[in-house]
Amino acid sequence: MKLMNCPLNGPRNISEFVYGGEVRPMPNQATCSDKEWADYVFYSDNNIRIVKEWWFHSPSGYWFIAERHTASDEIVKTYDSSELFSERVEFNAPDDQPAPVLQTEGLK
Amino acid sequence: MPFSLLKYGLKNDYPFEQDADLPSPSELKKHYDVVIIGGGGHGVATAYYLAKYHGITNIAILEKGYLGGGNTARNTAVIRSNYLTSEGVKFYKESVDLFQGLSNEFDFNIMYSSRGQLTLAHTDATVRSFRQRTEVNKHFGGRTELIDPQQIKELVPTLNMNPADMPVLAGLWHIDGATARHDAVAWGYAKGATQRGVELHQLTEVVDVIVEKGRATGVKTNRGTVHCDCVIQAVAGHSSLVAAMAGIKMPITTYPLQAMVTQPVKPFLDPLVSSSALHCYVQQTGRGEIVFGGGSDPYPLYNTRSTLDLKESLLAHAVEMFPFMANLKLMRQWAGITDMTSDYSPIMGLSPVENYYLDAGWGTWGFKSTPICGKTMAELVASGGKVPDLIAPFSMDRFDEFRQVNEMGATAASH
Repeated sequence: MKLMNCPLNGPRNISEFVYGGEVRPMPNQATCSDKEWADYVFYSDNNIRIVKEWWFHSPSGYWFIAERHTASDEIVKTYDSSELFSERVEFNAPDDQPAPVLQTEGLK
Repeated sequence: MPFSLLKYGLKNDYPFEQDADLPSPSELKKHYDVVIIGGGGHGVATAYYLAKYHGITNIAILEKGYLGGGNTARNTAVIRSNYLTSEGVKFYKESVDLFQGLSNEFDFNIMYSSRGQLTLAHTDATVRSFRQRTEVNKHFGGRTELIDPQQIKELVPTLNMNPADMPVLAGLWHIDGATARHDAVAWGYAKGATQRGVELHQLTEVVDVIVEKGRATGVKTNRGTVHCDCVIQAVAGHSSLVAAMAGIKMPITTYPLQAMVTQPVKPFLDPLVSSSALHCYVQQTGRGEIVFGGGSDPYPLYNTRSTLDLKESLLAHAVEMFPFMANLKLMRQWAGITDMTSDYSPIMGLSPVENYYLDAGWGTWGFKSTPICGKTMAELVASGGKVPDLIAPFSMDRFDEFRQVNEMGATAASH
């Protein structure tokens, strides 16, 4: 059984967690081009290295960030998303208003 | 014959002067017309058709391991064409047709075995989608029928008709469904290609792709640099990594796919059986072993390790379908690394780099397309980049234009 350290609940069986995709800056959907949006939604570096990923602890409904190596499957560290994001991101911004820009410092 | 056999039996030496199936290793040349990265089924099939139909034989297949040692050796060898979209069905139908003639064409037995493939529906929604798949398949000349529980019982008497309390409502019976010896497909293509002058270089790893002014002009390998007129990459699980050498970013995420096989038992299961709700497919090989497979791992990884979690859930589902299998012992387990696209269709054709052709995104459905993929990729390369109609819908830029070919329902867990 593989364990993951949930920042909220401590070590839990990996089967309690749901993978949520790589953490990366989202382009502004109100102003970006189709190509930029396609690049964000479909394309990926998909490399062998340590990546920052969104993970969800399903029983407690908690999203957090994990750093994991994509070949060894080693989970290097897990932490609350507040360490990367300083404010809430709204996804339903009206078209005539610029969408809030993600805090992307430290993201690569 | 019996007397000659007896005579041979008493001889010390092997009586036949037999040519080796594959030529001995040779030095890399400085220049090739075509370099194919990846010596799996797809790579050698492309080389074979280039040599056979297009007269291009100055080809090097560069394989970092050994012939057919990657996903060609790891797939569960299902051949079928009962997909959902017209683009998909047309493509895979041609593949099934080619598979049927391969043993004769190679003069080499690929152990093609036409068993039929049965997919079980447990919900009304699935029955509706099966009806659509039946009609699309028939329209393009495939043999597919929707059958009822009584017919399913007759086809597979050992099947539990109420697995995991989800009654079997109907079945998608694909008469053309088949299986074959996956290794032999790669071997047959390699034999045919090398006989025509193609060079297969095993233990030759491509470490970089040389791109000059937006054109691919060669590759660097662990055995030196090779120049070429064009490059084809056919590297399955490592598609993103190899494409990155040419500066190409791909719409691919890499997941492991696990499978396993039991000890051999008496023949009891003719068709390949899969359940749409249990995410499990089961088939009995010609040797009597039972092969299981299921869905991919739940998160991306470049690793062929096995996990207990997935094995447990897969076995639980398999035993629900065939309860008596609870008494069998597992013989082997393994995993392959699959390059998944978000629409479960492949990526074939041109790339942003000139003369660099992509054969990727084959996820969990690569083996069944080996012949037609090789044939159409050969056409593409021989024509200098004119994309054949059959594979035009599978170009990589479909993701930029939001016109995906959605085969998720027809692919996931039915292989």
